[in-house]
Amino acid sequence: MRKVAPFDDRAEVLRVNAVDKVFPGDVQALKDMSLSVRAGDFISLLGPSGCGKSTALRLIAGLSEPTSGRIEWDEPRKDGDLGVVFQEPTLMPWATVSQNVYLPFRLEGKSYTSVRDDILDALKLVGLDKFQNSYPRELSGGMKMRVSIARAMVTQPKLILMDEPFAALDEITRFKLNNDLLEMQARIGCTVIFVTHSVFESVFLSDRIVVMAARPGRVIEEVRVDAPYPRDEEFRTSAEYAAHCRAASKALEHAMEAA
Amino acid sequence: MTDAPLTGPMGKPVVDAEEARRARKRKIEATARYLLPVAVMILMIWLWDRIVVWNEIPHFILPGPDRVWGSLTGDWPILWDAALLTGRITLMALVIAVVGGAGLAILFNQSKMVELSLYPYAVILQVTPVVAIAPLIFIYVESKTVGMLLCAWIVAFFPVLSSTTLGLNSVDHNLRDLFRIYGASRWQKLWMLQLPSALPYFLGGLKIAGGLSLIGAVVAELVAGTGGVGTGLAFRIQEAGYRLNIARMFAALAIVAAMGVFIFAALSLLSHMLLRKWHESALKREG
Ligand SMILES: Nc1ncnc2c1ncn2[C@@H]1O[C@H](COP(=O)(O)OP(=O)(O)O)[C@@H](O)[C@H]1O
Ligand SMILES: [Mg+2]
Repeated sequence: MRKVAPFDDRAEVLRVNAVDKVFPGDVQALKDMSLSVRAGDFISLLGPSGCGKSTALRLIAGLSEPTSGRIEWDEPRKDGDLGVVFQEPTLMPWATVSQNVYLPFRLEGKSYTSVRDDILDALKLVGLDKFQNSYPRELSGGMKMRVSIARAMVTQPKLILMDEPFAALDEITRFKLNNDLLEMQARIGCTVIFVTHSVFESVFLSDRIVVMAARPGRVIEEVRVDAPYPRDEEFRTSAEYAAHCRAASKALEHAMEAA
Repeated sequence: MTDAPLTGPMGKPVVDAEEARRARKRKIEATARYLLPVAVMILMIWLWDRIVVWNEIPHFILPGPDRVWGSLTGDWPILWDAALLTGRITLMALVIAVVGGAGLAILFNQSKMVELSLYPYAVILQVTPVVAIAPLIFIYVESKTVGMLLCAWIVAFFPVLSSTTLGLNSVDHNLRDLFRIYGASRWQKLWMLQLPSALPYFLGGLKIAGGLSLIGAVVAELVAGTGGVGTGLAFRIQEAGYRLNIARMFAALAIVAAMGVFIFAALSLLSHMLLRKWHESALKREG
């Protein structure tokens, strides 16, 4: 298990270097985006819909290529270095919960018995160890999302990318998952890039908020949330939290005006 | 109430009138599902019998149900042998249609070039009526069995091919991305992602192919005639027709229909068994 280093003392994991992304039909999804991602960062990409947040994640995940500019990893990426959670749970409906979580290992060619403990640990961490043998359709939306998160972290990746994972869930479930997510990040000490369009969510979760604007998609400014971890329900109701939310809102407003 | 006491959803005894009404409705619906088709059949057979008797129709024009039943029981050894032959051809054709159809679908999916070269011919085979192709086949194919299989295969493989192709291409795009991120090989993607995604589509095509391979077998038999392989049901129907043994024609026809129903029921059951754990189509929903 890695430990998250103090904020000013983190090594770079990857750098997004002056990236442009133009889709066919001259849609400029990203313009001159630069971002340095450091080990242990919890970065939120915050912005209105259409500002290129998903595009940025797909570029980092290697699912598409920048039109110009580069994504540079400090060490060459290995299988299992990267975990991804999409807006939909994206589970294989024909496989049980534990088989779904087993997937990243299975694709690496590892046998189930050799990683059974890791799978069980991941499921325990998301509180679903009792549902190992259930099929996805038997679970609620929030539980499916937990399985998806367990699958993303089962390989203990360096970096987890999450694209509005909780946007489709109700507020109660979302708060609970926010708390759990922070706990998990602390446990496996990974770096997270989290896409959201909720100011409150981004402030609660992250220590860096990258505010983006649309048409063309670009970074407007970065907001630092220096409240210490662990953050819990108490933080959610604190004056400090409210102040950070105001600052992030203002930055977002700024971004909307700039658009 | 005279019959068994009504029970509610959880097996609890019914309390109020509204619940009693709903429970009664459920029970009536459940019975009607089986009773109605049987009642309709009995009514039709009775009507058939009456029409024959009232109009004094001679049996070589339209035999009554009693005569057809007589033929069914009396000619049973002949009909059973014929049914075995037709059934065997049908099943063998279905098996090669499944292997050929699904195999081609996978091949097409893996290689665009192969798909571009062969797909038009698959369509041509499908749209040309098999009755028109069959006589040609029997000119060039020595073995009657092989010829019959070929005919049945031509009609049956296409639904398997097209539905499996659709299934292989209907993979959730996020899952596809996930497999890419984890560096899955082409075979891992095929085996662990595309084939399971295609299964419900494949099973839909299989159900259609089951009926079609029976049709193909019957058509092939009619064209091939007897000789070499013995006689199947279609040939028996034709032969009985020449002899004005109309009762036996009906009896053989009833067996063909029963075989079709059996194939459909068996494939539906197979489909349900394979999908019941996870697929929406196998879910029981209210209303
Ligand atoms: N595959 C694509 N082809 C064409 N345009 C795209 C594609 N993906 C995204 N876009 C466009 O790029 C812009 C940014 O999209 P996206 O990254 O999905 O935004 P966000 O996730 O912030 O809502 C949008 O205008 C969208 O229409
Ligand atoms: Mg998006």
